[in-house]
Amino acid sequence: MNTILEVKDLSMDFGGLRALDHLDLNVVEGEIAAIIGPNGAGKTTFFNCITGIYNPTEGEILISPPGKKRKKINGLKPNRVTKKGMARTFQNIRLFSNMTVLENVMIGRHCRTSSGIVGAILRGRSTIKEEKDVVDFSYNILKKTGISHLVNEFAKNLPYGAQRRLEIARAMATEPFLLLLDEPAAGMNPRETRELDELITRLRDEDNVSILMIEHDMKLVMSLSDRIFVMDYGRKIAQGTPSDIINNPVVIKAYLGEDIDA
Amino acid sequence: MIKAQEIKKSFLVSLWFMFLTFPIMVIRVNPIEKFVEWRWKNMLVVGIGSFLLSFVWRYMLKKKEAGEKRAETGESGKTFLIQRILEERRFYIPLVTGLTIIAVAFPFIFSMYQTSIMTTALMYIVLGLGLNIVVGLAGLLDLGYVAFYAVGAYSYALLNYHFGLGFWSVLPIGAVLGFIFGVLLGFPVLRLQGDYLAIVTLGFGEIIRLVLENWNEFSFGPSGIANIDRPGFFGIQFSLQTASIYLYFLMIGLVIFTIIVVNRLQNSRIGRAWIALREDETACQAMGIDKTRTKLRAFALGATWAGMVGVIFAAKTTFINPASFTFLESAMILSIVVLGGMGSILGVIIGALILILLPEYLRAFSDYRMLLFGAIMVIMMVFRPQGIIANIRRTYKFNE
Amino acid sequence: MEYFLELILGGLTRGSIYALIALGYTMVYGIIQLINFAHGEIYMIGAFTALIFTSVLTLLGFNEIAVIVLASLAAVIYSSAYGYTVEKIAYMPLRRASRLSPLISAIGMSIFLQNYVLLAQTSDFLPFPNLIPEFEFIKPYRHIISSPEIVILITTSTAMILLTFLIKFTRTGKAMRATAQDRNMAMLVGVNVNRVISITFVIGSALAALGGVLIASHVGQINFYIGFVAGIKAFTAAVLGGIGSIPGAVLGALVLGLTESFATGYVSSDYEDVFAFGLLVLILIFKPAGILGRVTARKV
Ligand SMILES: Nc1ncnc2c1ncn2[C@@H]1O[C@H](COP(=O)(O)OP(=O)(O)O)[C@@H](O)[C@H]1O
Ligand SMILES: [Mg+2]
Repeated sequence: MNTILEVKDLSMDFGGLRALDHLDLNVVEGEIAAIIGPNGAGKTTFFNCITGIYNPTEGEILISPPGKKRKKINGLKPNRVTKKGMARTFQNIRLFSNMTVLENVMIGRHCRTSSGIVGAILRGRSTIKEEKDVVDFSYNILKKTGISHLVNEFAKNLPYGAQRRLEIARAMATEPFLLLLDEPAAGMNPRETRELDELITRLRDEDNVSILMIEHDMKLVMSLSDRIFVMDYGRKIAQGTPSDIINNPVVIKAYLGEDIDA
Repeated sequence: MIKAQEIKKSFLVSLWFMFLTFPIMVIRVNPIEKFVEWRWKNMLVVGIGSFLLSFVWRYMLKKKEAGEKRAETGESGKTFLIQRILEERRFYIPLVTGLTIIAVAFPFIFSMYQTSIMTTALMYIVLGLGLNIVVGLAGLLDLGYVAFYAVGAYSYALLNYHFGLGFWSVLPIGAVLGFIFGVLLGFPVLRLQGDYLAIVTLGFGEIIRLVLENWNEFSFGPSGIANIDRPGFFGIQFSLQTASIYLYFLMIGLVIFTIIVVNRLQNSRIGRAWIALREDETACQAMGIDKTRTKLRAFALGATWAGMVGVIFAAKTTFINPASFTFLESAMILSIVVLGGMGSILGVIIGALILILLPEYLRAFSDYRMLLFGAIMVIMMVFRPQGIIANIRRTYKFNE
Repeated sequence: MEYFLELILGGLTRGSIYALIALGYTMVYGIIQLINFAHGEIYMIGAFTALIFTSVLTLLGFNEIAVIVLASLAAVIYSSAYGYTVEKIAYMPLRRASRLSPLISAIGMSIFLQNYVLLAQTSDFLPFPNLIPEFEFIKPYRHIISSPEIVILITTSTAMILLTFLIKFTRTGKAMRATAQDRNMAMLVGVNVNRVISITFVIGSALAALGGVLIASHVGQINFYIGFVAGIKAFTAAVLGGIGSIPGAVLGALVLGLTESFATGYVSSDYEDVFAFGLLVLILIFKPAGILGRVTARKV
């Protein structure tokens, strides 16, 4: 089993606030891992640090894409990180509202294609072909994520559950080896959550993508994850299989007062 | 029925505006001759005008809020008339044919003066479409757009004056210089976010104008450069009349060329990246798009077009000086884009025609031109930020 | 040496006027993150109001002191009223719009107000009476500092002290600071955010009007366009100090005033405005957070 993401001793300060405190975490190829923890624990900040949106105060982030060499990605810009194969979704949905659903996914293809201004103006054969490939590829992803009936809708007009799915579709269009999902089930009803469960499993099994997700819905976390990391106050307080975590007294203490429906 | 409450509100608004405009609108002083003029009539006009307008204002605000609510609940499924016309061949083929006939016949039906005004309007269409790439598509508020226009105009004027270069050889040079300046200015400033970018581009625009005004040895200062050659045709120089028709068709050609280019771009890989950048910078970057490079491309391409039109401007007026390249010029082009609809080609064309032709033909308007531009920017932003014609995205059909 | 002193005092005078205008930019930006493009025009309207009232009151036979006080008061009242109205018309309906919209609206407002004054008054430069009398005690030092300069320095320092007091120690000031930090949170704890925003515009405009009266009487002429350049310079000052920071605006304004004073004094006055614009461009590119500003990561 190959480790594809290794995070060592990661810390992030905002002024006086330490949002991440010497965090170690790794993800192995083919697994679905989950990060749980109370609000404000630093989970989103962790994603922001490893995807290059924030520059961490201390620590190392290393990736080993399948079939490629291990590489340090500290300080890389977000677009470089995505190009290297880590794509993410956002907790507070950040779609391109005034673009259609298909176009949102097509944006994800940007880093895997190459035609430029001149190509676009002259519209040569290779540009037309590339464009067609992008459209087909994106449409297939929409089919896979179950929102292909909405292709030409503006993203802003989508129902909430479909927007969450579109976030996933858009990230998948970049062909990541590791998909980072930030609270993908937030705001979904039980039926939508069940469908999401299937979708995530299918992505892992059929698209060879490993998944690291932040999630509050314990039922979803327990059913999906191979491993769980628990965070509190910027620190990792526990890690292990779902059954380890359920029985871990430290975790139960951290969650005291928070309601878990597991 | 208008309720008494509403009338009272409007009455108060009216009182407030009479108070507000009292010193500026009613009193006019002549400090030299120690003479004060009282214009009480203006107060009456302001009072009545603001009384009526406040009804309209509140009505439109209400309508807009209702529209927003509808959009939030996802009920806004109506397609616009324009969109339908554009999609149905049986409408748009006669429309395009009609427009072509009018465009071709125009200079032969109307006077030279009219043709010249129309040529100016066409120039603003191209400038608007160029700025539209930067502001409308990529969402970069460039307030110094006129600087690149000046680069084009001065490159033709100076190359013509010093080396006798003709219009056609300078046209590509102007475009390239516009591009180069776009890259040079864009590179440092495009890291800045929204409003800072606006101010820096404004600053750059003013610096370029001030340099042109003060660096006499280079640009001949405020007196400018006169006797610039009109465009020729393989060495043939035309009479004034023919030259103006020639320029008109040249602009028609450039407008068509620009429309094709912008249309192709906005549905291309790069065009989509611009729009995504406008919609959400962080998400755009997280999807693997190089922010700086994408911005730079939009900025430089917009500048290229401004450079090109600058050359034509110098050739048309045969005289240029820094006064043609003030911030107000940038603001005017911006209001064309804002009025028409950011990102919409048809919108920008309509916006340019309205804003350039209206003040020319309705003389009464011409004094109020800039006042009108300012008001339009505010009103459009408050009530219809998407412009007259909202940007329409391409739809795709898939058959299973 | 005397020339040097003269330049320093000239720079400080200039700077303190920029500071009066810069405060409006920085306060508004601090609260609603908007560059109020129309702020320069508010200052211009203040100067015009003062000119109009001075002429009318003089003609009505008021004595000199009464004219100065009443005209300045009118300028402050009217500018505040304009600032308040501009916010209600052009910015308030755009609270939830995208960032570009209020900015374009602000530019539109600025162009509108310029042309409103141009059309209702005149495009010519109007001579502005020197409202400030010559003090006796200043006579020996005339070659270094003039009476108007002293008045400007004193007035601006007083205004600044009052403003600091207001923001630090009053309820309104507390509400303003809360709104600046987190608008939604402030709303939750019961701050009337719309009122706070209005007050911010009113205070900023009043300070700008004061600046308008002082500089107009110092320079001796005004026209509808003075707000544009002064506005950009004051904005430069605000950014230089770190936009959103009140002491920063004052510091930035003084630095800008001194820079201009020395650049025009020792280099060339042709490029006076280029120095300001150039400084603006350089800071924004190399240190966008300004002297006193802090770099913060935007929350994603
Ligand atoms: N850009 C930022 N600036 C300042 N503080 C931040 C920023 N981003 C996150 N924080 C703080 O870091 C802490 C962790 O936040 P976050 O990572 O969003 O938590 P979670 O996703 O686990 O709910 C919170 O206290 C939050 O306020
Ligand atoms: Mg979070």
